[in-house]
Amino acid sequence: MTFSIARLRLDAEILSIAAAALLGLSLIFVAGFANATVLHDAAHDQRHAIAFPCH
Amino acid sequence: MPVIPRTLSGALIAGLVAGLLAAALNLWTLTPLILQAEVFEGATLHVHDDGVEHLHEAPPPPGAAQAGSRSLGTVATTLVAYLGFGLVLGAGMAAAARWGHEPTARTGLLWGLAGFAAVQLAPAVGLPPELPGLASADLGARQMWWALCVAATATGLAALAFGRSLPFLVLGAALVLLPHALGAPQPASHEGLVPPGLAALFATRSLGVAALSWAVLGALTGALAERSPARRTA
Repeated sequence: MTFSIARLRLDAEILSIAAAALLGLSLIFVAGFANATVLHDAAHDQRHAIAFPCH
Repeated sequence: MPVIPRTLSGALIAGLVAGLLAAALNLWTLTPLILQAEVFEGATLHVHDDGVEHLHEAPPPPGAAQAGSRSLGTVATTLVAYLGFGLVLGAGMAAAARWGHEPTARTGLLWGLAGFAAVQLAPAVGLPPELPGLASADLGARQMWWALCVAATATGLAALAFGRSLPFLVLGAALVLLPHALGAPQPASHEGLVPPGLAALFATRSLGVAALSWAVLGALTGALAERSPARRTA
């Protein structure tokens, strides 16, 4: 019983790490790569400053 | 709280703090250079019949209201970028914690500097941080190379840091060098109207701001993830 509870917690840990990585990558994509004009205009100076390829 | 959620929530807080710091430094040191460069970006070089050259400058910069919303956009998207960097960095530190490498402020600083090397320094070797108005290659090609460079450098550095055998170290070094052996897409010519000194100042300042922000991001994530001394003895 304790073994399966421990394994459940480990699985939840792997899931939370994967979720954090995935969310992080999506945020980086939005900040640096997404193409929408409104987004590009708002992000313009930041993209140059962080050196995401821009234009 | 166990170490994994402590690391991930610490990374969120650190991302917010490092993002605010980076945004402030960007507005202070980099935005003025971008505004200066935009005068040249919109300018046209005019050559008279007698051979005298002069620049027609672009229209004057926007008013205060537009500058305000522009700064707001910079702050908001810098926060989004650093929250993203923080979460990916935190996920890496949490994964390492599962292998017994418990995060501390010190190892966090190393993680942050490695993040700076992977996301800023290595791509800058092929594609320097650039001002508006400089010549550059096709956007899609540059984005592909940027993503490849960041992924290869991050994986390579992880292999160098955690690999305990020679094959891992060789693989790590090869991954770090690979994007540069392939070479970043370059424009046919580097000509542009932006003064070279301004472009150089922008590139070095951009890397300086990034180095400081990533160091804070990593060290703070590590510090927040570190078991507090009181709880360690408990």
